Formats: sequence, C-alpha cells, structure tokens
Amino acid sequence: MSMNGNSPAQHIVVAIVEDKPGVLQRVAGLFRRRGFNIESLAVGHSESEGLSRITLVVDGASAPVEQVVKQLYKLIDVVKVSDLTDEAMVSRELVLMKIRCTGENRHEIIEIANLFRANIVDIATSSLILQITGDQEKIDALLDLCKPYGIRELTRTGTVSMVRGNRTTTVKEIESDEITKVHQSQGRRVSDSQELPFSSD
Amino acid sequence: MVKMNGSQILLECLKREGTTTVFGYPGGAVLPLYDAIPEFPEIHHVLVRHEQSAAHMADGFARATGEVGVCLATSGPGATNLVTGIATSFLDSTPMVAITGNVARTLLGKDGFQEADSTGITQPITKHNYLVMRAEDIAMTVREAFHIASSGRPGPVHIDIPKDVLQEEVEFIWPEKINLRGYKPNTKGHTGMIRRAAEAISTAKKPLIISGHGIKWGNAQAELVALAEKANIPVITTFLGIGGFPETHQLSYGWLGMHGMYHANMAADEADVVIGIGMRFDDRAMGRFSDFNPDATIVHIDIDPAEIGKNLPTAIPVVGDVKQVLPEITEIIPTGDNKPWLSWIEKVAEEHPSLEVRETRRLIPQYIIRSLYEETNGQATITTGVGQHQMWAGQHYFYNDPRQLISSGGLGTMGFELPAAIGAQIAKPDAEIWAICGDAGFQMTLQELAVCIDERAPVKIAIMNNAYLGMVRQWQELFYDDNYVSVAVTQPDFSKIAEAYGIKAIKVETKADVLPAIAEAREFDGPVLIDFHVDQEENVWPMVPAGAALRETIEIPEKELIR
Repeated sequence: MSMNGNSPAQHIVVAIVEDKPGVLQRVAGLFRRRGFNIESLAVGHSESEGLSRITLVVDGASAPVEQVVKQLYKLIDVVKVSDLTDEAMVSRELVLMKIRCTGENRHEIIEIANLFRANIVDIATSSLILQITGDQEKIDALLDLCKPYGIRELTRTGTVSMVRGNRTTTVKEIESDEITKVHQSQGRRVSDSQELPFSSD
Repeated sequence: MVKMNGSQILLECLKREGTTTVFGYPGGAVLPLYDAIPEFPEIHHVLVRHEQSAAHMADGFARATGEVGVCLATSGPGATNLVTGIATSFLDSTPMVAITGNVARTLLGKDGFQEADSTGITQPITKHNYLVMRAEDIAMTVREAFHIASSGRPGPVHIDIPKDVLQEEVEFIWPEKINLRGYKPNTKGHTGMIRRAAEAISTAKKPLIISGHGIKWGNAQAELVALAEKANIPVITTFLGIGGFPETHQLSYGWLGMHGMYHANMAADEADVVIGIGMRFDDRAMGRFSDFNPDATIVHIDIDPAEIGKNLPTAIPVVGDVKQVLPEITEIIPTGDNKPWLSWIEKVAEEHPSLEVRETRRLIPQYIIRSLYEETNGQATITTGVGQHQMWAGQHYFYNDPRQLISSGGLGTMGFELPAAIGAQIAKPDAEIWAICGDAGFQMTLQELAVCIDERAPVKIAIMNNAYLGMVRQWQELFYDDNYVSVAVTQPDFSKIAEAYGIKAIKVETKADVLPAIAEAREFDGPVLIDFHVDQEENVWPMVPAGAALRETIEIPEKELIR
C-alpha cells in the first residue's frame, strides 16, 4: 500500500471531459480496446458547467499509465487528463454494506462500525446497513472484519480523488491572453464568453 | 435570416468546406438529402454500387489529393457497409468525413426498420463521431468534422443524422470559428527535444531515417530530402511511406519490414541512431519488437504523442508537425558524409539483391510490374489491394511522389484497389492510374466497374491472376506444411466480366504479350482491364516470418531461383 492507501500498481487518473452523450462509452470503449484494466470508475459533474469529471483507478500492470493518459487525450471530448498517483491527494470511496446480524451480535458490529467511524444508516430485524467513507485501505480492513458476520449486499461508488493544497488539476478557468491569441490565429477558438452550440445534446 | 432544411444546410456546409465530390448510395433515411443534391451543382455525387466502395473511393480521393474525402450512406446496412472503408481510413490516417442517415429521432433506439447504432459501431474506428440531434447543430458539426479529419494526425470522422433532422427547417448560421477545448494538436516541436535529436544525429556513426505515411500527410518530402542530404543520412521507408522519399534518390535504400528489402532490414538492425519520422513503428515494419535493434538510440518524430513509446521505448521523442520540425533539425546539424556506413549498406545490397526480376520462362508478376514501371516512366499512380500483388507493387515499381502509391497498409483491406483507383482518378482526371489487383480481392469490389463507365474514369486495371489467395497460400506453403486449405479459387473469365460492363479487356498469358498489352491499355482512351495469368505458386521474397526479428530476414530459397 502506498501513502494514498492504494496498491503500487494502481494509478489514479482523473479525466475532465465534455458533458455530452456517449463520453462514458468513449472512455470505457478505449479501455476495453487497448486492454487497460479499470479497477474502479466514478463519474459526475465538475465545478464547471458542461464539464464532467471521471476518476479512474487503473491497473498499472495492464498498461503503462503514460499510454493510458495519451490515449485518453486523443479522445476529442476529453479536455484534460492527470495522473494523480504520485501527488499528495485525498482519495475517498463511499461504501454501503448490508450485514447479517442477530440480537446477540448487533452490538459487536456497531462497535466495529464506531471504531471505523462508519455510520449505521438502516437497521432491521436480521440485518443492518453500514455506510463508510474512506480510502481503500480502510474500507478493505472493515470488510475483512465484517465478513465473518455475513455481507449480504455490497455497493461501492469507486474512488474519487483530489490533490491537496492550493493547486488544482482541473481545466484552468482563465486562459492567458497569449494562448488565446495563438488559438484564435489558428482558428481553433472562439472568445471565452461565446457559448457553444454543441452538436449532440 | 435564411431558413434552410437540414439537408440543405449539410450540403451548403460541404460546399463551403470545399467539397467537390461525394461518393454515396441513397436509401430511405437519406432521401431528403438526395432530394436537395440537385440544388448544389458545385457538388458532384458519384453513385457507387456498394457502400464499402464509397468509403474506399473517398479514401483514394483523399490520398491522391490530401483533401478530405467525403462519403455518404443511408442508415442501418448503408452505415454498416461503410464500416470496412472507415476502418481502412482510420488505420492509415486518411482525412475523411463519412455521413450517414438514421431513422427519425422518435424511432431511435426502437429497433425500427434499417436502424443501427451507427455511432456506437464507428466509435472505435473513427477519430471522432457525431450523432446530430438538431438541425441547428449541423453546421457546427460539419465545421468541426472537417477540422478534426484534416488537422493533426488526420483520420475519419463520422456524422450520423436522423432523417427528420435532415427535414427540419431552421435558420442557417455559418460558424466562423470552432472551439474544441479537448482538441489542440501540437504542431511545434519541443525546442529542447529538437536539440537533443539533432545532437544524436550529429554524433551518430550509423544514422538511419525510417520515414512513414506522415511525410505524405505533412507535405514534407522536400523537408525530408533536405535533412537527409545535409548529413548524407540513408533513408528507408515503411510500406505506407513509399514515395515519401524519392525512391530514385541516391540516399534511398528502399523500404523495410516483412517483405522489405534485405539491406533495408539489415540497415535498420545495424544503425546506431534510428530516426523514425511520421511513422508508428508498426509490427509489420519492425519485426519482433523485443529484438528490434536493441542498441540503437531511437529518435521518434510524429504528430501523435500516443505513438511515442507505444511499441518501442523511445529515447528522444519530438511531438510535432514534420514539416515544421524537420527544417529546425536540418538547420542545426552539421554536414556529414557517412561514407563507411553508406558503403556498408551498399555492400549488403550488392551481396543480397532483393529486387532482381528473375529471368523466367513463365510469366511472373514481378516482371509485369517492373515492365509497367518502365513503360510508364515511373509516373503512374498505383493502387493495390492486399496480398502478394501489393508487395510486388511496392517492390518493383519505384515511386518518387508521396501520393503515388495508394494502398491499404494498416487494415489490409482486400478489394480496396479498384474503388480507391476510381476515387483517385476522379480527383485527378488527367493522371494515369493503375489498379494492381489480386484475382481474389478484385472480386470483392468488382461491381464498381460500372462506376468507371458512369464517371468515364479511365482506370487501368491489372489483375495478377494466379487463381489462388496468393499470400495465404504462401503462408500455408511455408508455415503450414503445404496444407492448402480454401485458397484455390474458381475464377470467372474476368475479360467477359469487364466486357459485360462495357469495359475493354485484354487477356495475357505469356511474357511476350505483356508489353504490347500495357501499351494497348495506355493508348486506349477509357478504362481497360488486363487479366494477367501469372505463375500460380510464385512467392514474395524477402520475408521476415511473423514474430521474427528483422535480422532473421529470409531471402529467396535456392529451389525457387531456378524456375
């Protein structure tokens, strides 16, 4: 396990993508075709309208991560890709698990949950739902402890990550005038204020 | 305010993008579009006989001119028939825009008549694709598609438009600018990397340039020649790179790979600095990757960053447009003569000749292609299918222009030759175009003979007819113990087929008839098919067996020399 709670072969890659239909299929299709293994994938809106953020945990043993990043960049709808693996970052995943319990052992499970700062979000006669947020290491440890009671159902959101500190890995909101000029001279850009009529929404 | 329907907008945009020719086939979903075609006399529609050929013709058009080729098909089977042609274009990076109709928006996803998830199907074989759901998005989509198809590393872009979007009336606005924040190809090479590349080249004892298809797309032949000449660096090319460096230039040493020249393969194995320019270190060119010249320093210049280090570890990557990068390197390297290194390659070439056409009694394809080279003074544009005839066409014709050889190198699509030749001929009506075909591949697209007549395209068709799937037979002979399975094909009389379409045909069975037939075909003003009955079991040499290293190149065996 690395300092980020992920095994060394795992890489965390964040892709900022256009929020358009089919984007997820393009990313997933790329991974399938090139034989890159995905451990987890989480997708949702980003801070900017029109951009989504995909966090991928990639099995680095299946492909050099440099190739993964470059191939992602080739997708027109992918705006920015960052490999966060060697960054100081916060990584979290949310897990819900339904655990079998009896009147006798319920307290024992609650005690374990407390130790892990997991929440009991539902309780029934013979089972309860635990909600835990954390990095992979913490989640794996809790899972190991709960296994003997019987995990009836499990769902994981996949890891999401963000670099620590003032730096961001998202698309820069303000572009320098110089870069804008270059793009404009090559006919690649409209002014920042202009809205884009995208084709497929 | 100008109101137009989706079809008119599409055609207006094609016109504004400079499209003069569209290769297509009508059908239900694109009827509104065909209805509008007569309103746009600037755009010539070529009616193909199978949609696959529409894509190949657009591809041939693009390769012959460097412009974006455009093809058009209806929904469902029309779109799926385009797929082979789109994939062919994708693997060889040709600029193409493929347009398909689809069922009306309300029927999408309902498995209606002739519905296919066309964009789902073409997604992994296009540079980008679009499903256009509003008529007001058509103009921007076409603008983006042409920009994406033709810039950076070119490639096919597919636009899928539901029928009712083609009928919808909206205001037409021509977008002056494009904003693609996720697409900014880098054309300017990194200065530090350019300096390192120049340093490696300057200090090399045995530098070797391997140039590829990128020279064609980058229009960089002059820049490549200038670089090679300044430091006297020998140049070999990939198969698709043939003609990128003039083959009659004294620094040209042919092409490398599975059926490349023996000396080219040995030079690639012996060089101390390998400079890959506009190429992608493909397996057919490099042989077994792990054994490709492990001591060489690899300099890789390409516009696609994802090609750097994909197959081989690269010491010095330069990502950029070859046309911009090469002069910058040329400027800073010192002149050189590389005499010992050049004589080393020349000695190997002398001791191991790869391109001698043997004196034979029988009619062999090598003789035909060499004769064609001599008769046409090396000026013809050649298209090929895939297989033995393709390799011989690469070996025995010598090309000085990057657009002269048009062949499906990456995907290896049989049946590419005839439609590609028609596309090239329509692009260049005055050019002499020869489609060199295999007898098997020709039968995959021969229905396009009709288009030669429709379009008065004077394509000359030369079939290397050995009544075998020649390359497959060669592999079965060499690697499967002569176990010939499903390779002997019953042939029709190709002359009669040609004549049925109204095309002049010549049958050639002896060596003596070759030159007169070529002369007759060249003199005739119109398409001609020559059915060359060639020796059945001639093999292509030299050969690097699949999975072997370049240094394991096998030359023609003794027993085949004496026939």
